[in-house]
Amino acid sequence: MNDASQLSLTQSYGPIFMIVAFSLFIAVTMFTLASLLGPKNPTPEKAIPYECGSESTGAAHVKQSVKFYLTAILFVVFDIEAIFLYPWAVLFQRLGVTGLVEMLVFLTVLTAALVYCWKKGALEWQT
Amino acid sequence: MNALAHGASYGALIILTLLTTVAMGVWFERKFAGRMQSRLGPTMVGPVGLLQSVADVVKLLNKEDIIPRDADRGLFTLAPVLAALLSLGAAAVVPFSSTVVAADLDIGVIWVVALGGLTVIATFAAGWSSNNKFALLGAMRGIAQSVSYGVPLVLSVLVPVILAGTMSLSGIVAWQTRHHWFALWPVIPGLPALGLFFLAMLAESNRIPFDIPEAESELVAGVTTEYTGAKFVLFYMAEYVHTLVGSAVASVLFLGGWDGPIAPGLHWMVAKTLALFVAVYWVRWSLLRYRSDQLMALCWRRLTPLGVGLVLLASAWALFAPGGPA
Repeated sequence: MNDASQLSLTQSYGPIFMIVAFSLFIAVTMFTLASLLGPKNPTPEKAIPYECGSESTGAAHVKQSVKFYLTAILFVVFDIEAIFLYPWAVLFQRLGVTGLVEMLVFLTVLTAALVYCWKKGALEWQT
Repeated sequence: MNALAHGASYGALIILTLLTTVAMGVWFERKFAGRMQSRLGPTMVGPVGLLQSVADVVKLLNKEDIIPRDADRGLFTLAPVLAALLSLGAAAVVPFSSTVVAADLDIGVIWVVALGGLTVIATFAAGWSSNNKFALLGAMRGIAQSVSYGVPLVLSVLVPVILAGTMSLSGIVAWQTRHHWFALWPVIPGLPALGLFFLAMLAESNRIPFDIPEAESELVAGVTTEYTGAKFVLFYMAEYVHTLVGSAVASVLFLGGWDGPIAPGLHWMVAKTLALFVAVYWVRWSLLRYRSDQLMALCWRRLTPLGVGLVLLASAWALFAPGGPA
């Protein structure tokens, strides 16, 4: 099964483009069918943003809690660090104990960062 | 060219099978939920209601396509297409047997995780372009949830990668065929990693108890509030395909994929995938929805440290265990 590395880029990634094309085809077919079958009778009332039946008030793009932005930053930090672990994970049985110690240092920094965020209150969502 | 033709034909086959399975899965879920609540579920369309999903799709295609006032029309149309494309694209690298696989990438694991993570783009595009407060709130909560649970997901997937020493999904199955399933041995990083992956998958595909973006009791229908007809079908389909592909990936990573005695490999793979798929329904119709802040706290304070611990245990096992991975 490891002969994938000997295949050219087109051969290993080509099927993925076929799947993308096929998914697009399904979506376009659905849209076409819907526009052929569905009624077209737009009225101003139908186009009102749904707000439980009452008149829509104010802008829809309301201010969001700063917690969401904090979560995004946390995600960038931790997910990118986690992605760094993948190349190491593939090779580390060849790297041996040295690799394990290096990764221990890396994970200690990661855990320290998590503890720091926790203590700073970045992981409190109820308020 | 031969490999390309092989991949393309299997790709088409896998997508068609997935879509059929999703249609039947929706029927099964409604029957299953009905039985759990002492109801019958769908009975009218076809024998024992089997054609209910087909009827639903036909009905939805007959609905008017409504785009709300002041919506970003292009983005509003693109979002459901993107959702469907990303969930089906992840299926491209999943090996259903040693031969039934569309694209056997060396970095299959990364591909699955990356496409699962990208679905937040579709969620956000839908929420932002709808010009609706419920949709935007649902999208923001959904993104916060999906990106947060991406961290434990990535960490849990690392466990089989470390033990097998490869990122190729079929390579991981081949390793398990030669040795043992990761959920069974080594039990300690293996089984908790499967649990962690399952939880994170539920959260990423927005399933109860983690279906915050939809939360119909508080946000109407979340990001899909303004969607009608074909676009709604695409969103709905994408969600089920995401769950189904997630179940398939879980069986590949932890349950030995197509490995099993007597029956052909494909049967085993399908059986394992469907068992996990049913488990998702079981959870869905048994539990209540988590609150958004509980959900985030669970992810960052419990699951992420657990994931880091599992990665350390797995690497220690791989290096020091007697008779561990060679």
